[in-house]
Amino acid sequence: MNINFTLIAQAIAFAVLIWFTVKFVWPPLLTAIETRQKEIADGLAAAQEGKSALDVAAKKSAATLNEAKQKASEIIGQAEKRGSQIVEEAKGNAKAEGDRILAGAKAEIDQEVNRAKEGLRAQVSALAIAGAEKILRKEIDGKAHSEMLANLAAEL
Amino acid sequence: MATEHAEQALTPSSYITHHLTFNAQPVGDGSFWMLNYDSLVMSVLLGVVVMGLIWWVARSATSGVPTKGQAFVELIFGFVDEQVKNIFHGNRHSFIAPTALTVFLWVLAMNAMDFLPVDVMHHFVYAPLGLEHWRSVPTSDINTTFALALAVWFLMIYFSIKVKGLGGWIHELFCAPFGSPSFAMPKSIGGAIGLILSPLLFVANFAFNLIEYISKPLSHSLRLFGNMYAGEVIFLLIGLWAATGVTGTIFGAILGAGWSIFHILIVALQAFIFMMLTVVYLAMAHESH
Repeated sequence: MNINFTLIAQAIAFAVLIWFTVKFVWPPLLTAIETRQKEIADGLAAAQEGKSALDVAAKKSAATLNEAKQKASEIIGQAEKRGSQIVEEAKGNAKAEGDRILAGAKAEIDQEVNRAKEGLRAQVSALAIAGAEKILRKEIDGKAHSEMLANLAAEL
Repeated sequence: MATEHAEQALTPSSYITHHLTFNAQPVGDGSFWMLNYDSLVMSVLLGVVVMGLIWWVARSATSGVPTKGQAFVELIFGFVDEQVKNIFHGNRHSFIAPTALTVFLWVLAMNAMDFLPVDVMHHFVYAPLGLEHWRSVPTSDINTTFALALAVWFLMIYFSIKVKGLGGWIHELFCAPFGSPSFAMPKSIGGAIGLILSPLLFVANFAFNLIEYISKPLSHSLRLFGNMYAGEVIFLLIGLWAATGVTGTIFGAILGAGWSIFHILIVALQAFIFMMLTVVYLAMAHESH
């Protein structure tokens, strides 16, 4: 176990091995590991970001839903109001129309009554003349008395 | 044992000596110019295999869903990176963390060669290849551990000078950790004595730093070497017992298995300690006092 030239040879071998590791072994491993670490860190950050974005979106959708509900109930309320309004209007119209028809019918009835009265009047006067003629044929002048009867009939 | 040993008397000391001898070949004149081929070949082979495997996975590393191989490599990467992050607070990715990964995996692989059964490997692999002596564990060679520790030591000085500047480093050598003398006008006799004695602080600081700079690479390398060498020797001692007969073989096998299991802890722990000390020393070099 004495020191000899092997010492120098081994030192050179050691130097070459160190150089090789520094140059060719360490850098690719370091790059691979550091890149992976960065990728994982980025992935985690992205996941966190996505989570918060999801929260925001959920809040937003809830707000939109509420707004829509409110609007829908508003619209329904308006529609109900308008519906009852229409019904009221229709009722009014129908009543007016009914009244009008009733009034027309009443006028017609009055007219009919008047006409019937006219007819009756004419017939009554004719009957009265015919009866009076039969009764009074012998003693009454038809001409002088028909004028008097006509006046009587006009008084009916 | 190999046949050539059957010719000589096989004694316990020759058995241990045989397994603790390096395949050293001269590359020049003098005892320093010897090269332990077994240590060098094994360590380079293991370095290429281990770092090559990691590189093969790292080359096609994806930031998406990792394959099982990539997940395993990332586990090791994360473990080393975490340790370095706790100790060193600078740009660790440019040098210190990859160095820690290299040290950890390479030393772990070299230590793990201790699990190869010495006699089986020798009999079936090394002897057929014509290798009389071959030691599988590069970290039980003081040259390997000292080379690593010394390389870290030079890096330490390099980073010290790089971070604090040459002047800052020299200032720290003489003025830390006990502080620098003050040259204000003394107000009393005690102050005057203090002023005369205060240059001694330079000496104390420098001596302290010198001891630290010497002890760091020594403790760094000898801790690993000692553990791995001792582990190897214990395997050899158990092997010796196994050679004494049937009873010895049975107990040797049980003890060998037990020591192997315990040695897994030592192998991993020593690799971890070596890496941690490397990181600590390099981190300390970045700190100013």
